[in-house]
This record gives sequence, structure tokens and C-alpha cells, in this order.
Amino acid sequence: MATTALVDPDTGLTQAQLAARHGLRVAGERPSLVEYSRRLWAYRHFIAAYANAKLVASYSNAKLGQLWQVLTPLTNAAVYYLIFGVVLAQNSIPNFIAYLTTGLFIFNFTQSAVLAGTQSISSNLGLIRALHFPRASLPLSTTITQFQQLLASMVVLVGIVLVTGEPLTWEWLLLVPALLLQAVFNAGVVLLVARLGAKSSDLKQVMPFIMRTWMYGSGVLYSVSLFDRLPGWATTLVQYNPLLVYIELARYALLEEAPLLNESLAQLWLVGAGWALVAGIGGFIYFWRGEQEYGRG
Amino acid sequence: MVDHFDAPTEASATMTRTQERIPTVVVDDAHIIYRVHQGAAGGTTPVAALRRLVKRTHAPNVREVHAVKGISFTAYRGEAIGLIGSNGSGKSTILRAIAGLLPVNRGAIHTQGQPSLLGVNAALLNDLSGERNVVLGCLAMGMHPDDVAKQAAGIIDFSGINERGDFASLPMRTYSSGMAARLRFSIAAAKKHDVLLIDEALATGDKGFRKRSEQRVRELREGAGTVFLVSHQLSSVRDTCERTIWLESGVIRMDGPTDEVIRAYEAYANSK
Repeated sequence: MATTALVDPDTGLTQAQLAARHGLRVAGERPSLVEYSRRLWAYRHFIAAYANAKLVASYSNAKLGQLWQVLTPLTNAAVYYLIFGVVLAQNSIPNFIAYLTTGLFIFNFTQSAVLAGTQSISSNLGLIRALHFPRASLPLSTTITQFQQLLASMVVLVGIVLVTGEPLTWEWLLLVPALLLQAVFNAGVVLLVARLGAKSSDLKQVMPFIMRTWMYGSGVLYSVSLFDRLPGWATTLVQYNPLLVYIELARYALLEEAPLLNESLAQLWLVGAGWALVAGIGGFIYFWRGEQEYGRG
Repeated sequence: MVDHFDAPTEASATMTRTQERIPTVVVDDAHIIYRVHQGAAGGTTPVAALRRLVKRTHAPNVREVHAVKGISFTAYRGEAIGLIGSNGSGKSTILRAIAGLLPVNRGAIHTQGQPSLLGVNAALLNDLSGERNVVLGCLAMGMHPDDVAKQAAGIIDFSGINERGDFASLPMRTYSSGMAARLRFSIAAAKKHDVLLIDEALATGDKGFRKRSEQRVRELREGAGTVFLVSHQLSSVRDTCERTIWLESGVIRMDGPTDEVIRAYEAYANSK
């Protein structure tokens, strides 16, 4: 009896028709941008936990442990001060130590984020191949880890700036929005280099050169007034350099008499916000377009 | 057993059928070709690297491997399917394609939900303690932090890494390879998966853990999932799977009940 019940309505269908009938989806399909953002938001706990874990892990082999979070920026500042402050004796800038360390720490935030971001996909292939999560979680948590490192170095910076005799003013509060804008900018750039670095492992070799060039173009180590000697178009180019803008915003907030390349404060904020917006949105879309490729090959 | 009764209702017969016949993975004439990089022979200096970046050329010495050559099959809900075959027959490749981690060059693979691949080399963070890895792994699978807090202790118990002292609070790099594999399996098995792909992971661990993990695989199947198992240990395929697909050089050689397929495979392997 009841042989009819055993007749499968699926017989005679091709594989593709069978899949369509039961609502199956193509494996490894990329979600829409809105759906992707929604999933990424659902993974915010993972992003935070991963950023914390990376921060803990980064010094787990060192005897001094988390103390390096403060020691590394201090040592860095000492080395650069020795060369540019003592050996090359730059006297044109008032309070050169504070000027130098502000530039150095702000630049270092982007530099270390970009260098770590280049490898945020390629160094986590095990995790990516094992588990399914929106891949943007990884570059974003890299950015957050670097932001946490930045907070530690900001404590050092505030100490240096106060010790060297700068007064504590209301303008210091401007540092907070400046750093947030820079963090958004960094997230965008990290998403960009994460996708590039996932495809081409050669990028890791080239990145330090790019970052060093960028550093010399950002007026970290010497007075920004040197840029005025460049031809007009080059000065304009440097004025729109996002890192120079973020560094000048921080110097404006913390220091009284630091030389600034951009005269207009409004322009500084506009350019800084513009870069954050362009990099943030552009980087996110660019990374999303490669979503299904990560971990392959 | 339906046949023993005079008038089985139409509804119950339909129920039986739909329970048995909901496809979860449909593989349609899939071809997979992947590229293997054999190191950069064109110079490893930054200058050479920059030139390659600018010209957008690939590093030389890229070889193509046609690993899967036209495979079609359908997997249904509640099935456990073993994949067997000699080394390099394309077993792991097809699993990674089902998980969406490798593109198919021709044909298509359709899946229900998001298949999860569980392999032995699924590394988590080696510098972190086992406990932290459990939390991270669960969050990465999309679990809610509250659920993670509830399940973390159970996962560590299941893995048995604390049987010889408090290993859960030590970094994973101090674990033996068996312990690490056990912990990874325990994390992945803590969540219900629509489709779970297991690549050799059951082979690790001692006898007690193998028993527990085979039991867990059965539970996952009963929870309306489909399980794929790649293994060279025919005994574990026989214990967990009722259907087996035998792959050889990228094509399906046989697809049927486990006992029949394994018998044919053993005859083939012995005659070589």
C-alpha cells in the first residue's frame, strides 16, 4: 500500500532545481552591504573580546608584560629626542620634546594600526578557515587594539606635556574628538590594507617604506614650517595630508606655541572629518566587496 | 513499519517522507581548481615586491591543481556521510568548498544555512589560555555572551583538558597537539550546526574522548543537522555514518551504504 507516499516529488529535478525548490543558497555567497553591516553589529561582542585578547597576548611572552604598553612609546620618544633634539639640535621650536612626542604618538597610532592591519587577515587564516563570521571583525578589532595602546601612550604624553611646562587648558578637551576622528580614519585604512594584504603577501614588505615616507610628509620630527619652502602645490598637498591634520589638531589642543602649517582651525577640523568619512565608508565598502575571498587559496 | 498498519494516515506518511528528504547540501557538477604558490622566485626584495604590486602580476611559480572534477550529490537532513579515498583524492577540498571557503570553477554548491568546517588545523589564539579561547571561539560562532558564560565550563569539561591539572588557564601553546584538537572540537560542537563538516578531527584524542565525540556527532545529527566526516580511520566512519561517498582522483567512485562502500574501498586499497 501507500507506495504513492514514497514517490518523491523531488525525483526528476536537476540538482539546481532541487536546490531552488528547498530554498538552498549558493555556498560562500556575499551578503548585501546592509545585511553585512547588521551581521557585523551582531558580532560586536566578538570584536571587543578579540581586541582585548590580542592586547593581552601581545606582551604575554615579555617579562615586564603590560608595562611595555607605556615603555615602548617612552623609549621611542627618548630615541627620537636624542637624535632630533640633542644631536641635530632643533632650537626653532618652543618646547620641542612635547612637540615631538605629540607628533610621534599620534603618527604611531596610525602606523601600528596599518602595519598590524596589513596582516589582520593573512595572520588569522586558521580562524577564518575554521569559523564563519563577518571578516571585517578582524581588521576592526585590530584598530580597537591599537586604540587601547594609544590610550596608554596618551597617559605618557600628558605626563610629558605637563612636565615640560605646558598649562592645562580647556582646549585639551579637543583632543578627544580629534582622536576619535583619527580612529575612524584608521579603521577605514586598516580595512583597505587588510584586503590588499590578504591578496598579496608582498604588501607586508613594502608597507614599512610607505609608512616611513608618510612620516616624513607629516611633520613629525621637525618643524612644519619647513614645508613652506616647498613649491606651492606640494605645500597644499601636505596641508591635506590626513596624518598631518590629525597631528596638528592634537598639537593645537595640547601645546601653546607649537608652529602649525594650517592657519585656519576650521579648515583643520573639516579636512580631518572629511578624511575620516571618506576612509571609513570607502574602506568598509572596499573590504566588503572582497568578503567571499578571504581565507581562500 | 508503516506497512504493517492497515491505514496509515496520509499525514503521517508525508511526515516520514519530509523528515527524511529535506536536502541540506546540493552539489551540482562541481569543479575545483586551486592555485598553489611555491614561494616567490622572482626576488623577495622590497623592490621586486613593489614592482609586482605596481604591475599587478602574480608571483611566478604558481601551479594549478584540478582537485575536484565534476562531483554531484545531495545530502539530506539527519544524514551522516563519510567521505573516504586515498590521499589527494579531493575529500578535504570538497569540504572546504561546501563551507564556502573555496570557489567552484564550474558547477555550483548550494547549502542550507552556513556549514561549519571543523578541521584539525583550525587554530585559535595560541598565546591565550584555553578558557579565553573557548569564549572567543563561541563568540566567533555567533553565540550571545550570556550563552557563552553558561556553556564555557561544560565545553572545558567535555574536552577533558583539565583531567591532568588546571590546563584551561594555561596558554594554548603549552598544550599537546591532542589536547588542542580536543578543545577545538569541543568548542565547535558546542553550537548547533545545520551542516557540520568534520575533517579528521575525530581521529585525535584518546579513546574516552573519541567515544564522547562520536556521541556528540550523533546528537548533532538528531538535532536535524547533516554531518560530513572525512577520515582515514574506516572504523570511525563505520561507527558514525550510514552513507559513504568514495572519492578517487577528484571524481565519485561510489556513493551508497557505508558497509558496501567500505568493502569495495578495502578491496581496491588491498589490490593496489
